[in-house]
Amino acid sequence: MSSRLPQGGRLIDRSTRMAFTFNGTPMTGFRGDTLASALLANGQRLMGRSFKYHRPRGVVTSGAEEPNALVNLGRGDRLEPNQRATTTPLFDGLTARSQNHWPSLEYDIGEVNVALSRFLPAGFYYKTFIHPRVAWKHVFEPFIRQSAGLGKAPKKPDPDRYEHFYAHVDVVIAGAGMAGLQAALVAGRAGLNVLLCEQEGHAGGRLPVDGGMADADGWIEGTVAALAAMPNVTMRLNTQVSGVYDHGYVLAYERIADDAPGSDAPRHRLWRIRARHVIAATGALERPLSFAGNDKPGVMLASALRDYIVNYGVSAGDRTVIVTNNDDAYRTALAIKAAGLDVPCIVDARPEVTGDLPARARAAGIEVKTGMGIAEVRGRKGVTGVRLCRQAGSGVPVEEVACDAVAMSGGWSPVVHLWSHCGGKLTWDDAGAFFRPDHARPPTNQDGAGFVTCLGAADGALVTQDALSNADAMARQVVGALGVKPAAADLPETDSVAEAPLMPVWVMPHGAGPKKRAKMWLDFQNDVKVSDVQLAAQEGFESVEHTKRYTTLGMATDQGKLSNINGLAILAEARGAAIPDVGTTTFRPPYTPISMGAIAGEARGEIFQPLRRTPIHDWHAGRGAYWEPVGYWRRPYCFPQEDESHADAVAREIDATRNGVGLLDASTLGKIIVKGPDAGRFMDMLYTNMMSSLKPGRCRYGLMCNENGFLMDDGVVARLNDDTFLVHTTTGGADHVHAHMEDWLQCEWWDWQVFTANVTEAWAQIAVVGPKARTVLEKLGTGIDLSAEGLPFMAWAEGRIGGFDARVFRISFSGELSFEVAVPASQGLAFWEALMEAGGEFGITPYGTEALHVMRAEKGFIMIGDETDGTVIPQDLGLDWAISKKKDDYLGKRAHERSHMTDPERWKLVGLETVDGSVLPDGSYAIAEGENANGQRNTQGRVTSTYYSPTLGKGIAMGLVLNGPDRMGEVLTFNTTEVPERGGPPKTIEAQIVSPVFYDPEGEKQNV
Amino acid sequence: MLIFTCPYCGIAAEETELTPGGEAHLKRYGPGSSDDDFEEYLFLRPNAKGVHFERWRHSHGCGKWFLAARDTATLEVFGTYSAQTTEPPAEIVTAIRAKRPDWSPA
Ligand SMILES: [Zn+2]
Repeated sequence: MSSRLPQGGRLIDRSTRMAFTFNGTPMTGFRGDTLASALLANGQRLMGRSFKYHRPRGVVTSGAEEPNALVNLGRGDRLEPNQRATTTPLFDGLTARSQNHWPSLEYDIGEVNVALSRFLPAGFYYKTFIHPRVAWKHVFEPFIRQSAGLGKAPKKPDPDRYEHFYAHVDVVIAGAGMAGLQAALVAGRAGLNVLLCEQEGHAGGRLPVDGGMADADGWIEGTVAALAAMPNVTMRLNTQVSGVYDHGYVLAYERIADDAPGSDAPRHRLWRIRARHVIAATGALERPLSFAGNDKPGVMLASALRDYIVNYGVSAGDRTVIVTNNDDAYRTALAIKAAGLDVPCIVDARPEVTGDLPARARAAGIEVKTGMGIAEVRGRKGVTGVRLCRQAGSGVPVEEVACDAVAMSGGWSPVVHLWSHCGGKLTWDDAGAFFRPDHARPPTNQDGAGFVTCLGAADGALVTQDALSNADAMARQVVGALGVKPAAADLPETDSVAEAPLMPVWVMPHGAGPKKRAKMWLDFQNDVKVSDVQLAAQEGFESVEHTKRYTTLGMATDQGKLSNINGLAILAEARGAAIPDVGTTTFRPPYTPISMGAIAGEARGEIFQPLRRTPIHDWHAGRGAYWEPVGYWRRPYCFPQEDESHADAVAREIDATRNGVGLLDASTLGKIIVKGPDAGRFMDMLYTNMMSSLKPGRCRYGLMCNENGFLMDDGVVARLNDDTFLVHTTTGGADHVHAHMEDWLQCEWWDWQVFTANVTEAWAQIAVVGPKARTVLEKLGTGIDLSAEGLPFMAWAEGRIGGFDARVFRISFSGELSFEVAVPASQGLAFWEALMEAGGEFGITPYGTEALHVMRAEKGFIMIGDETDGTVIPQDLGLDWAISKKKDDYLGKRAHERSHMTDPERWKLVGLETVDGSVLPDGSYAIAEGENANGQRNTQGRVTSTYYSPTLGKGIAMGLVLNGPDRMGEVLTFNTTEVPERGGPPKTIEAQIVSPVFYDPEGEKQNV
Repeated sequence: MLIFTCPYCGIAAEETELTPGGEAHLKRYGPGSSDDDFEEYLFLRPNAKGVHFERWRHSHGCGKWFLAARDTATLEVFGTYSAQTTEPPAEIVTAIRAKRPDWSPA
């Protein structure tokens, strides 16, 4: 059983106790503990269940690579799933719950026994698709849903604060272990701007645990102090460099207040860094060994076991068997002995064991069994012993050793993630049996130069003295490449330990049969075993990327940090290929999961995106406007009064406008000036109709297509003078129409003399609409002749109205007498208020976008985004009259000649009127006889706009219908999603094809 | 997150300041052109792995469109230049040749 040792633990403070709960049970730990070390100290070795088989699992590692010890951390609005106990700092009041089990961690009815696991082989999920549909619905899906899920998703909004930081540095260094500290010294002394990030809460990495330097803690402390004294060096603890991206963009993830929920500090901080060079001093990760039962609680990585002893004063068990293929694991044996606990034996797969460390272990009285392996781990929810066998054989047990923990080491793999994120290539190192960076093929930056350097253990230099000299030399290279001369060398003294080479061991024992291989875990979290990878290879999955997806190897939240190389080796063996020929899967950022809060930063709530306000915005808000988002704008949808429903408000606003006078804030309408000697020529290319012939003082409605021929925007153009046009765009279209103009002017017709300016926000624009519109404006007093003769329909004039500088456009989107008046933005609110006051006696009524929409639909006017969807051409909408036959060219003209565009079968715009007067559902399809190739009902049209018309007292709609304009009077059947109360197929609605102009077809109301 | 230096304002602009515009140096085919020419102009892109000429707009900067020569595989940028040209200027071709001796303009 695991327990707290009477002394030791360099990271904990035994004088400060921390109370926490695990699955509701109160426990205590010390300041400096991780949740994992505190659980072990409380004798809690069982920490979770696996994803697929719900097997009991304990902690395997002591760091970021942990696959098993994932917990639901916190509660209520601070609940966070899948948190690694190994990287969760303990704090007073912490609550954690284990995952993947029901009803309890100790007794899980979902646990899959060995007999059943035969039916869940590699790719079982995909294989279920082959079975009859009914089996999927009633057998597989309920089972998969029940078993899937890891932790619980929080149900409430995240109450904490997050932020982004921006940094521009010469060098960012990932990892403040020995190599990272040395690199920071070299770069810092050279005067470079350095950001040193360490994912743990302390510097020094594995050095104090693994030894190799006489006074490791002293050197670390001295180096950190030296760096702190350099103004050009910044060091951040609890900060993980999580991803490296194009051209030296780097993300780092800083955990600030994880151990202080509810404090003022931001919980996490995302660093967005631009670095000239990235140094990855990310160390190496130990690999498990594949033997039967290697997933049982109590089987741990050898390095983790000694981390818990040295760093936290915690033992994983009283009697620990070491199993290894290398010398490094002997350090664990020595650490256990030094802590006063038993190591019954070291099981070493190598036939011969020499080396300095084995000699020390033997001198300490530990028996070394060479050429041996583990045949089987005994125990169910925890280790009770191991059966040993010859590594070279098939696994016949030769003896049994009682123990309560197993420390395994299959060698080490450099952490090359940051090298690989942006395309750095790897090379296989035969001696170390790992992939390390191929220095000849680094990730490259904008200059074509490598911009990431791995050093120390991350470069494959695993032994202390090698790692230090590698780090120093590589850091000097980086400094030199950045154009700075490195300072003179001063390397600390290191112990010289001769380590004998490891022997690659991918399966233990070498000749293990299928039964044993089905109990050897590769990916602990996703329950992928040696047998699964072999089965995938046998079924023809030769590519490592395919095997990964088929077996889910390396696809869990730990992204295969422990399983990748072991899995590759098994695949290579099964295919009879060399490991480097099989290759690795792609390393993708982030290195470990980062919080969604950190990604969002401050961009939430009110500042999620900027809000654009018209000059009259606050007035609308004061009148209780119900808002509709349109692009970044908020526009009033309607102005409900007291208890009035939105529908009633809309009906009232329309009625007031059609019978008296209404006011619309049209300031959001895009306004772009097009000016220059070639402006007319340019306008003729932008619009489908002729604009160059427009006379100053007049307005013309125009259509704008993209080069594909599809309608992209529409609006009224006013000619201000000979060389100046004012283009009105839709509210959402202003920015992209302006960008579209600039694209053609800068990149195609750059010799044309035209300037454009987006002046949308310079003007407030107010539509004064209705039979009393002229009266209201005249009452304000104006020098402009607003009479039908003085300012006819589609004319505009400039002058003063009620003391305001104004442009008046005689245009109408409602079918009523209408003046759109533009005044400088700064006078917009005052002008609006003046209109409201002057119109009071006529019942002047502000109206919103819904009244605008209904009134334009009553008139059969199209709306970009309703009648168009990026696949509609003007001809579909009966707008052929707005397409010039005279012009040689305009954007979209050539596309309109394509056969698909001239196809007579294209659906065309018509009006639709339901037979029973009801409102057609938006998006309904007109159904036709028969079915298509996919067994779906054929269609012959669809609804594009549909409203209740208070003016006409019935539902009206527009739609695109096959041969529609030739089928006036015909009744079509439209589908709905409404199922009758008594059941049966969804209801249908019948509607008649009519003219899209429902109201005042002769235009008598607007021409007065 | 690429970085391009805008040839108009001289700023080393990061991708978030820029708007991509696809392949550069397309020849426009308008009314009267053949279906094949128009299809080529509107739809067919080689999607080169290696040297590529592309359009970018410094949209959150000076607003100018410019062109860039870049290796789509290694992300090396050979140079940026004015959009007001129908083919890469000589110095850009020289810069590419210096790094990619086997490359020749199409
Ligand atoms: Zn610029």
